[in-house]
Amino acid sequence: MPKTIQEINEKIKKGEAVVLTAEEIIDFVAEEGVKKAAQKVDVVTTGTFGPMCSSGAFFNVGHTRPRIKLGGGKVHLNDVPAYAGLAAADFYLGATALPEEDPRNSVFPGRFEYGGGNVIEDLVAGKDVRLSVQAYGTDCYPKKRLETWVSLKEMNEAVLFNPRNAYQNYNVAVNISDKVIYTYMGMLLPNLGNATYSSAGQLSPLLNDPEYRTIGIGTRIFLGGGVGYVVWNGTQHNPTVLRGENHVPYRPAGTLTVLGDLKGMNSHWLRGASFIGYGCTLAVGIGIPIPILDEEVLRATSVKDSEIVAPVVDYSQAYPQRESDILSEVTYAQLRSGTIELRGKKIPTGGFSSYFKAREIALLLKSWIKESKFILTESVATLPDSKSGVNLKPLQERPLQ
Amino acid sequence: MAKRKLLLTFPNNLIDQPITYHLVKDYDLELNILRARVTPKEEGRLIVELKGKKEKLKLGEEFLKGLGVKVEPLALDVAFFEDRCTQCTACSGVCRSGAITVDRKKMKIVFEKDKCIACELCVTMCPFRAVEITF
Repeated sequence: MPKTIQEINEKIKKGEAVVLTAEEIIDFVAEEGVKKAAQKVDVVTTGTFGPMCSSGAFFNVGHTRPRIKLGGGKVHLNDVPAYAGLAAADFYLGATALPEEDPRNSVFPGRFEYGGGNVIEDLVAGKDVRLSVQAYGTDCYPKKRLETWVSLKEMNEAVLFNPRNAYQNYNVAVNISDKVIYTYMGMLLPNLGNATYSSAGQLSPLLNDPEYRTIGIGTRIFLGGGVGYVVWNGTQHNPTVLRGENHVPYRPAGTLTVLGDLKGMNSHWLRGASFIGYGCTLAVGIGIPIPILDEEVLRATSVKDSEIVAPVVDYSQAYPQRESDILSEVTYAQLRSGTIELRGKKIPTGGFSSYFKAREIALLLKSWIKESKFILTESVATLPDSKSGVNLKPLQERPLQ
Repeated sequence: MAKRKLLLTFPNNLIDQPITYHLVKDYDLELNILRARVTPKEEGRLIVELKGKKEKLKLGEEFLKGLGVKVEPLALDVAFFEDRCTQCTACSGVCRSGAITVDRKKMKIVFEKDKCIACELCVTMCPFRAVEITF
């Protein structure tokens, strides 16, 4: 019999909800069968923790006396530039922002020691950061220079706002050239020396709800150790890619825009990261509860790594040249075993998405729900699904002359 | 036969001396150079694996110390910071010496210092700076 989210929430409030992680549900369904499991289980929790470049935060630092207009001026936090094209005391700091003085890749491969993601981690860890402002001065905002320490707790608002997180599946990166390359999928050794991947597979939120039946706009989530919400589909949301019979996409597909109060987060689940030769980013922890409304929702959560397929892409030629060639397809069971086979060669694998932390998140969210600390929400609108016609378009350059 | 992996630091005045030659010639030691770096006018650093009879190995080490070469077990210079590590496993895919492996059940990194040859591929790979090797 189908359940509603309200019914599930009543059980959560009474401390009676049956909650399993997306890993635990696999064996449970194998033992009990889909029908029984769907009746017994109320919520399945998912988790993912990995570098997600489209991340950042909005801040309001309050007004100085005399006042200063940050908007249209230059704003830096620990020398990392923030976007100030907003009202007087608001700005946005992106995870990949770098200090102007950073040598970047001028000495290749660049180290990218400290960027926006690191500033966000420092703030969340309770550290003071240096705010520097250059403003142009107006009659109502006369101050032109500001240098001060700021901390998260002193700010009016600090909102993590990530326009593209929690990718539903991702490429496996390899290098078929004869030179080492440095990419956002890490250092790739020549002649298929290693392969890197970045998904929590069977624990990953969107792989457990492949058609976005329960995850939608307004879904309350675990975000960076605190509470957040899904507020839109992510940028590059691409639900119409090739899918298996289980509806699970074989290619990078759906994405989420998420938001949450940075003040409630924890640097254990938000970590600045540096990719040599590529840049800075932020590793984000996300956990999403899936209410078991019916057998179909339940069946989708029981997906296992051996049933989730990812494309192997060459990052020396095919990816940078935006060629659609795929060298092979492998499963997350193979990837997590430590080696994949390609062109008759055994290739060692390494992940960037931490399965260990994904599991921790799913377990933490499970405990929050069991202890009635986390109540589920009903989404107010759905995300575009595989029948939506929504797809990812390349940029067709139109020369100016 | 005994085996030792050592980090040898040569002071400036010894850089131009053929010291490792004596380890082979006088102490009958098998010598495998894993890494070497010489900073002219400063010092030389060498990571070697020495293989030979136990007593000869001991005498060889004493010979080095007597000359003023700093002899340390290699493991001392490799630091793995558990608190910075997110267990992403990226490093395990580039570690060729078998020092970094993954406990596949826990999906957690297992780091065995004694197998490390300080190639630093993991340092380049790690986005969280969880490994530091001073060489």
